[in-house]
Amino acid sequence: MQASDRIALLSAHVREEIDHWVSKFPAGRQRSAVIGALHAVQHENGGHLTSELMEAVAAYLDIPSIQVFEVASFYSMFETRPVGRHSVSVCTNISCMLCGGEQLLAHVEKRLGIRIGESTPDGRIFLKKEEECLAACTGAPMIMVDHRYYENVTPARADEILDALE
Amino acid sequence: MSQDKCTIQVNGVEVEARPGQMLIEVTDAEGAYVPRFCYHPKLSVAANCRMCLVEVENAPKPMPACATPVAPGMKVHTKSRKAIDAQRAVMEFLLINHPLDCPICDQGGECELQDLAMGFGRGVGRFSEAKRVVRDTSIGPLVSTDMTRCIHCTRCVRFTQEVGGLQELGTMGRGDRVVISTYIEQGVNHELSGNIIDLCPVGALNSKPFRFSARAWEMEQRPLIAGHDCLGSHIFAHLMGGKVKRVVPAACEEINETWASDRDRFSYEGLDAPDRLAEPLLRENGHWRAASWDEALDAAAAGLRRAGGDLAALLSPSATVEEGYLLQRLLAQMGSASIDHRLRRRDFRSQDTEIEVPWLGMPVADVERLDQVLVVGANLRKEVPLLAHRLRKAAVRGAGVAFLNPARYPMHFPVADALQGTPADFWLHLATLVRAAAQGGETPPGMAELLGKAPAPEERHRQAVARLREGGRSAILLGNIALRHPRFADIDVLAAALARLTGSTLGYITEGANAAGLALAGALPHREAGGRARARAGANAAEIIARPPAGLILFGIEPGLDCPGGAGWQRAPAGGRFVVAFSAFRGESLPALADVILPIGTFFETDGTFVNGAGQWQSFSAAARLPGEARPGWKVLRVLAERLGVPQPGQATAAAIAAEVRKLAGEVMPDALARQRPASAIAAAGEVSLQELDLPMYQVDALLRRAHALQLTADGLAGSMPEGERLTA
Ligand code: SF4
Ligand code: FES
Ligand code: FES
Repeated sequence: MQASDRIALLSAHVREEIDHWVSKFPAGRQRSAVIGALHAVQHENGGHLTSELMEAVAAYLDIPSIQVFEVASFYSMFETRPVGRHSVSVCTNISCMLCGGEQLLAHVEKRLGIRIGESTPDGRIFLKKEEECLAACTGAPMIMVDHRYYENVTPARADEILDALE
Repeated sequence: MSQDKCTIQVNGVEVEARPGQMLIEVTDAEGAYVPRFCYHPKLSVAANCRMCLVEVENAPKPMPACATPVAPGMKVHTKSRKAIDAQRAVMEFLLINHPLDCPICDQGGECELQDLAMGFGRGVGRFSEAKRVVRDTSIGPLVSTDMTRCIHCTRCVRFTQEVGGLQELGTMGRGDRVVISTYIEQGVNHELSGNIIDLCPVGALNSKPFRFSARAWEMEQRPLIAGHDCLGSHIFAHLMGGKVKRVVPAACEEINETWASDRDRFSYEGLDAPDRLAEPLLRENGHWRAASWDEALDAAAAGLRRAGGDLAALLSPSATVEEGYLLQRLLAQMGSASIDHRLRRRDFRSQDTEIEVPWLGMPVADVERLDQVLVVGANLRKEVPLLAHRLRKAAVRGAGVAFLNPARYPMHFPVADALQGTPADFWLHLATLVRAAAQGGETPPGMAELLGKAPAPEERHRQAVARLREGGRSAILLGNIALRHPRFADIDVLAAALARLTGSTLGYITEGANAAGLALAGALPHREAGGRARARAGANAAEIIARPPAGLILFGIEPGLDCPGGAGWQRAPAGGRFVVAFSAFRGESLPALADVILPIGTFFETDGTFVNGAGQWQSFSAAARLPGEARPGWKVLRVLAERLGVPQPGQATAAAIAAEVRKLAGEVMPDALARQRPASAIAAAGEVSLQELDLPMYQVDALLRRAHALQLTADGLAGSMPEGERLTA
């Protein structure tokens, strides 16, 4: 496939977004814009990246595709498979663990009928893989839903939060 | 003490070093061994394995020797308690996830991890948790993967990026989940890909064709010169029971550095082809039968004698100096000068005035020191992969490398300009460049007609000329496509004119392993051994192919595949033409054409000499055992000459024959610009297709055509690189 065909997968808006990131770095350092570019692409693609889209980003930035794959596979904020609409992370790092994070996670798994790393069959909720400390230890245990933090979460509160998701 | 020298202490000994140099270079030079995995002198410093930790006095913790710059007065200990403890601790971590499956690993016995585990590992592992397992994906027919063994040194990744120039491998994931992969399952398609086998310090990347076929310590190592391109790369053949089990590069900084092309590394697989000849074959009443050497040689001599002086010989451009010399001698003494190794050449108009011996015009290593290069008519990565690598090094350093080609060939470095035209007419750009270069001044004499045809110079032509003139060292290199072109004579004259006008060197990238050596050995219709003009020229390759004489000798070639037009050859009715073939393989076109087939050795099995594109004479000894009754070509030629009653050179060793040729050839390679060359007065037709000009890289000789794994690569299947790859500088 020609580079131009690959790039055609990117919308005008995404390209603008990428250009914005590229402009923040010195000329020839467009590789630095990969993270920003992938965020934009993932957002527009309903929360996950495909190989084709990552190749499109590589072609647009004129870098080898493998360098985009490296970044996408390294950061946990990028999903490389289709996932549910809402991303839910239950923190189980030290503070949260000490305050019942693991029990909270077990509860959420049971309630949704899925394990971490999986999405509900109706495509509503994606239970994200183990997260490192999300820096809300004062409110442990905590969960994050679509970038929003909920602190001091009890199982009952978790149910409320999950049920409210469309 | 000068600015660029300082003194440091290594294990209590005062040592001189350059400030800023990495510690490991100093300890290596000093012979103080520091264990390492990720460090490699030809790659960038990654410092990710931590095996090279050493103690530096006044530093709070052990420092990685590969990434610690030397500072004046530094005191380094490589064997202190602190250093050894750090090294042992790193080794323990590296082994945590390693499968320790050495008994079933091909790397066993030549594994850096195994060696260092002997030196720095504990007898007993303390890690009792589950080990990680990585699922393998195929990266192509040449390199096997056992990624559970990987220690993430990233040498392979850095190789594809920094040396290959097209990053194909990467580190996916992070932490203890990291894996080296191509991400999307796909082959590593580079023509130098096999080098990651040597670079991988463990058994993660190994040779797929070699897999499970021998142990390192069972094999015998023999040095050889690779026989598929004009570089003359140094290689080792690894043998067991006289059979080649694998080929690895031998370090030779001035030619192939530490690398081997995949073509040189995997061609040995063709040695065992099912149609390998192990006994002479004789045609009898229209049928082939095995014959003794006596019978076969008598038949060959009788047939050639019947042809009288109406004889010709075609030989492979990868035949040795000795073979070429003996063959042309035999022919000359039978009264014929019709011998040629330029099988795919189409234009011979300028053969009397062109350079006597086509060569690069400079040592191989000097190619990477060029500042401006114009490559004319070359699919360079496929023609001579490691020469393309030298040009890449030049380009990465900042040199301007431009191409003039009949197609767009993806390169692994940024190209200054890519002039392009049709297969028939692309060379007209060269005439335009000469016009641009001569602007205002005198145009070279006799060229008015050629230049008249050229389109007027555009800005890019003027820039190309300006670049060549820019100062520094510049060169114009003519590749295989130029040499095969029906207007080669014109291309050559124009290139010489442009080289003169811009102060550039003119060089040639020739076909086969020994075009220069065969020219020096007199395997040409118009020049005798040593390069002097013959009194009466014989027929050239095109003429021999178009009108085969009564007696024909084919040496090391398959006419249907190695000679354009040879595919159409018909066997003359009985008693018509007599054809003697010297060949390692039976093939299809030889039995259809020949009367006698004599089984000979390949460069793996014969003593011989190649002269590479830089004019270096490189002799080698037979490495592998010949199959059955097969004999080295030069010996068969001697015996045949005896049967024909033709006087022989006195000595009976390859080395002595090579020495005789070398005496005739002298030590100095000719200068392509030494004399003015007139443009050819003879008109020529230029029609030609790209397929006729550019040959798939694994089709260039009979051995390669039988190398199984190479034929399964992308280059083997398609004959060219897939489009759309990206560049990294
Ligand atoms: S595959 Fe080999 S060379 Fe590549 S990172 Fe792993 S150990 Fe290093
Ligand atoms: S451990 Fe959960 S937010 Fe810090
Ligand atoms: S060799 Fe120094 S860190 Fe790997």
